[in-house]
Amino acid sequence: MLNQYETVFISTPVLSDTQMKEAVKKFKKVITGNDGEIIHEENWGLKKLAYPIQKKSTGFYYLIEFKAEGQLIAKLETEYRRDEKIIRFLTFRMDKFAVAYSEKKRNKAKNEKKMEEN
Amino acid sequence: MAQNSNTIRYLTPVSVDVKKKKYCRFKKNRIKYIDYKDPVFLRKFLNEQGKILPRRITGTSLKYQRKVATAVKRARHLALLPYVTDMLK
Repeated sequence: MLNQYETVFISTPVLSDTQMKEAVKKFKKVITGNDGEIIHEENWGLKKLAYPIQKKSTGFYYLIEFKAEGQLIAKLETEYRRDEKIIRFLTFRMDKFAVAYSEKKRNKAKNEKKMEEN
Repeated sequence: MAQNSNTIRYLTPVSVDVKKKKYCRFKKNRIKYIDYKDPVFLRKFLNEQGKILPRRITGTSLKYQRKVATAVKRARHLALLPYVTDMLK
């Protein structure tokens, strides 16, 4: 049974662009390497945190939506925990309303882009 | 002079303000999913200390109050909303 999941992680603000890209690539590989399918990804960029985490007040946010078996989550989360660059993460299963909402949001963003191009 | 204020008396207390009926904004607007990524929207359900407001104040139905609570908690975990604060508004 394939479930759809959403995961967000916050990495330390001290990383350079290439380091950040490498980290993203690594976690995407964890997903795709374990029969997961990436549906959507979003880079929120550097954001201010509402409260300090590990004495840092900002962080890079990155979101990935993917379809996978439930066993993958444990692997992904251990990878998160092992990585010092990740200061916070959140993974959860999307219910049908969440899936519909994110699809709608994506289509909207797509249409807006098309409008701009035209 | 002080007695003058006591001259007017009512048998039943006069209701001055007609209460506005509260409603669940999610049911009314047919919102099915509450996004935790939108802290500005979630702020409507918090008091100035960052606590979740009870249903009796916001008028949210029980089904959606639960969803509000999970969304707020997710946002807090990702540092989009503070756990404790003062003067949020």
